[in-house]
Amino acid sequence: MMLAMSLLAGLLFGAGMVISGMIDPARVLGFLDIMGQWDASLAWVMIGALVVFMPSYGLWLSQRKQSLLGEPMPMVPTPHIDKRLIGGAILFGVGWGWLGICPGPAISLIATGQSAILLFIFAMLLGMWLVGKWIRHQ
Amino acid sequence: MIEQYGMALMGGMLVGLSALILLLFNGRIAGISGIVAGAFAAKQGWRWLFLIGMVVGSGVMLYLGQYPIPELVDLHQWPSIAAAGLLVGLGTRLANGCTSGHGICGVGRLSRRSIVATTVFMVSAMVTVYIKRHLM
Repeated sequence: MMLAMSLLAGLLFGAGMVISGMIDPARVLGFLDIMGQWDASLAWVMIGALVVFMPSYGLWLSQRKQSLLGEPMPMVPTPHIDKRLIGGAILFGVGWGWLGICPGPAISLIATGQSAILLFIFAMLLGMWLVGKWIRHQ
Repeated sequence: MIEQYGMALMGGMLVGLSALILLLFNGRIAGISGIVAGAFAAKQGWRWLFLIGMVVGSGVMLYLGQYPIPELVDLHQWPSIAAAGLLVGLGTRLANGCTSGHGICGVGRLSRRSIVATTVFMVSAMVTVYIKRHLM
């Protein structure tokens, strides 16, 4: 059952990437280009997602100790702002702004069968692996 | 233009519904960088099914909705592709999240870390686009 719900959530997420336009790097770059011909439409992706997720979390899910399938609900992390969070967010922003691809669209773009996205994902996995190695080293 | 806003809102609502379902039933956060990063550990079948679902969901929607196939940069620009991918991997792992994990699930749960991270990566991405498009 857990696996079926994961698949369903993935299907909805992938469909959302296409319908919203987030899957198109040119649209994403147009959204990030606030000093140029700014295309603000993609801001509505986040608004739409939050309109659905935020009230249902705040009024309902946050009261639950367990998920409907009996898994523990994840805690909201303690508000600890450190250099790793800030530095990571800066690096991520540079990578995102460079081509207009963040992880959600990257995975969804596999469906287009273009080999460039496989190279992007391979490099992304390498970056994640390097950080994992560095964390374990500390 | 109005149609683009409506589609963005509708697509965003689907993403929000996806995050809601994953948290409500499975107690998991729909953060794509986190789901990808953890997929290679043992017993993580749910991550693979979510990722497969994403590819199938976008593939079916591209096909059914007759959407134009988004164009990526050409493979001969491989240094650019590899550098961007590497930065996204390093950054999301260091910051423990990306546009979905911090931007939607984290902000949606009013996590201070996520609100800070989302503000920082949005500004950083906008500055990057500004430099690349208008100064280089």
